[in-house]
Amino acid sequence: MSKILFLGDEAIAQAALDAGLSGVYAYPGTPSTEITEFIQGAPITAEKKIHSRWCTNEKTAMEAALGMSFVGKRALVCMKHVGMNVAADCFINSAITGANGGIIVVAADDPSMHSSQNEQDSRFYGDFAMIPFFEPSNQQEAYDMVYNGFEFSEKIGEPILLRMVTRLAHSRSGVERKEQKPQNEISFSMDPRQFVLLPAIARQHNKELILKMDDFVKASEESPFNKYIDGPNKKMGIVACGIGYNYLMENYPEGCEYPVLKIGQYPLPKKQLMKLVKECDSILVIEDGQPFVEKQLNGYLSLGIKVKGRMDGTLPRDGELNPDSVARAVGRENKQDFPASPIVEVRPPALCQGCGHRDMYTVLTEVLNNEYPTHKVFSDIGCYTLGAGAPFYAINSCVDMGASITMAKGAADGGFFPSVAVIGDSTFTHSGMTGLLDCVNSEVNVTIIISDNETTAMTGGQDSAGTGKLEAICSGIGVDPKHIRVVVPLKKNYEEMKQILRDEINYNGVSVIIPRRECIQTLARKKKQAKS
Amino acid sequence: MKKDIILAGVGGQGILSIATVIGKTALKKGLYMKQAEVHGMSQRGGDVQSNLRISDSPIASDLIPTGKCDLIISLEPMESLRYLPFLNKEGWLVTNETPLINIPKYPSEEDLKKAMEKVPHKVILDVDNIAKEVGSARVANIVLLGATIPFLGIDYDTMKQSVREIFERKGETIVEMNLKALAAGKEIADKHLQ
Repeated sequence: MSKILFLGDEAIAQAALDAGLSGVYAYPGTPSTEITEFIQGAPITAEKKIHSRWCTNEKTAMEAALGMSFVGKRALVCMKHVGMNVAADCFINSAITGANGGIIVVAADDPSMHSSQNEQDSRFYGDFAMIPFFEPSNQQEAYDMVYNGFEFSEKIGEPILLRMVTRLAHSRSGVERKEQKPQNEISFSMDPRQFVLLPAIARQHNKELILKMDDFVKASEESPFNKYIDGPNKKMGIVACGIGYNYLMENYPEGCEYPVLKIGQYPLPKKQLMKLVKECDSILVIEDGQPFVEKQLNGYLSLGIKVKGRMDGTLPRDGELNPDSVARAVGRENKQDFPASPIVEVRPPALCQGCGHRDMYTVLTEVLNNEYPTHKVFSDIGCYTLGAGAPFYAINSCVDMGASITMAKGAADGGFFPSVAVIGDSTFTHSGMTGLLDCVNSEVNVTIIISDNETTAMTGGQDSAGTGKLEAICSGIGVDPKHIRVVVPLKKNYEEMKQILRDEINYNGVSVIIPRRECIQTLARKKKQAKS
Repeated sequence: MKKDIILAGVGGQGILSIATVIGKTALKKGLYMKQAEVHGMSQRGGDVQSNLRISDSPIASDLIPTGKCDLIISLEPMESLRYLPFLNKEGWLVTNETPLINIPKYPSEEDLKKAMEKVPHKVILDVDNIAKEVGSARVANIVLLGATIPFLGIDYDTMKQSVREIFERKGETIVEMNLKALAAGKEIADKHLQ
């Protein structure tokens, strides 16, 4: 078959479809979003009724996928790395229940934090859950790992994890497809209590999972994704994980002088590692993200063979790898011919001109700065986080999905006034609703602004789970309907917006203000589509 | 044959549409390619870039090493300068000359001009005006693409064919306008080389 140009994310999506996927479950998050979008747009999805609607958050996604596995079908779960924290409860426990139909969990890590608040490495989650996990070095491997991964998951009776990084997720290259497989029929586990994690059963499953570890190592030793490539210079052996391998080989187009162990499947292949350690004087570990492999090889006391990598400064301790940092690690230097131009200024992203969040922040900062100078604004994850920068400098926090409401509550619980939260509609339904219930039950004095643009804007305008339901959700949770105020964030309404804001800040209790106007990007796209 | 290209611009300008045409053409030629893009937060008016590598032998890294880039293609002058450390001695810079000023500390016209003068191999053109002359401001990216043709190492005919295929579903008028834009850009670069 001829090669098709795919983003790393698209290669995963196509592989899942080709492998007989029955459902993808995901919440949008850079750099994972394009996987689900590709599946949603593929003709086979509608034709074969493959589930592809966005989920409310990563936890509901993971749980629904486990349900699909329960009935014997193949499910894909996709999220950005911090989504793993949300899905973790079910993810870790799914290793204890095991899988029936194949499950692949894709965690897209973001080393260098291009669009994230930390650079946690999802391989630690794979290790923590004690399941096999994969790390592709290119788009074709991403395809092959997913295509073969469902069968592997079913064979070992466990979910598997695929760890991506931004650079691969958002890089295009030619990919060769394999033949289309049919979806699984509904079938159930032979053990009717497989998914019943009562302590007595869970203890048994846990022991069984531990016993499988040797088989997982053996699978890694025999995996085509782990390759031992010999080299003449035994002064150093190199362990190159995922796309770290590409940056290494960029320096050695004719082949590397050192022996290289290329890693794509975990747990680490013991046999090949032992060979590398036996034959070489030292080990260099090249891995994108945190020093996961390096820590294991080095041990806490560094008593064995000399291990170099991110921990000893051979490579930078943080940030994504690149061909230059890896060149330096093998004693080379990529020379600059032109110096960096001193006149180039940083150009940070900003809220679009005409965006409703801008009107919300204009009014909010004017009222708060002039009338409540001691205020604090707790915000959240989304486009409106850009309110932290010029010209608004409006927010005092941005931590994790939903934390605006609960942090505002904690501050108010501590006696602080006025405590204001700013959260987007999609983030509110993702993880803000439970915090709102806490606020209502504590009868706390907070003003919560749900800036509703009727989409998940930051990731490119995906459906928002709460569109059309926000007032009902808030009143259902117990917010007094008199203090659920909807406004249209437009210049002509500034006076009305200001008065509502004052009234609700002064109200001693939970108030919710919903400035609602559709995202100008999704609106423009809809207009364009209607035209053509 | 090996070309390492950095495409630069500001989020929303549409640098990826240029990458799409080059990528399609490279595949037609049976070349290997890797193209790293920026999605997500930076697309909101921040600086964006894409590393596009094409070669007749397999490519290792998705990212271009420092000092190895053959061609910087930029829709914005200050953004073209951001990637100078990646450009090799013989490399070319092809950029739009019209600044997009959405930050308070944008460099002065004079500073920008002086910085440009330090780059030996360059084509600076007013893509927006040329695009308007050709028929529509919307073909600005294709004008810029046209100006890179002498430096891409891919023949003009195959490039024209790719443009045709990409715009075919929008009708013959759009195809013709884009081909004219491509030719207008190429003409400027050709003149410059003479």
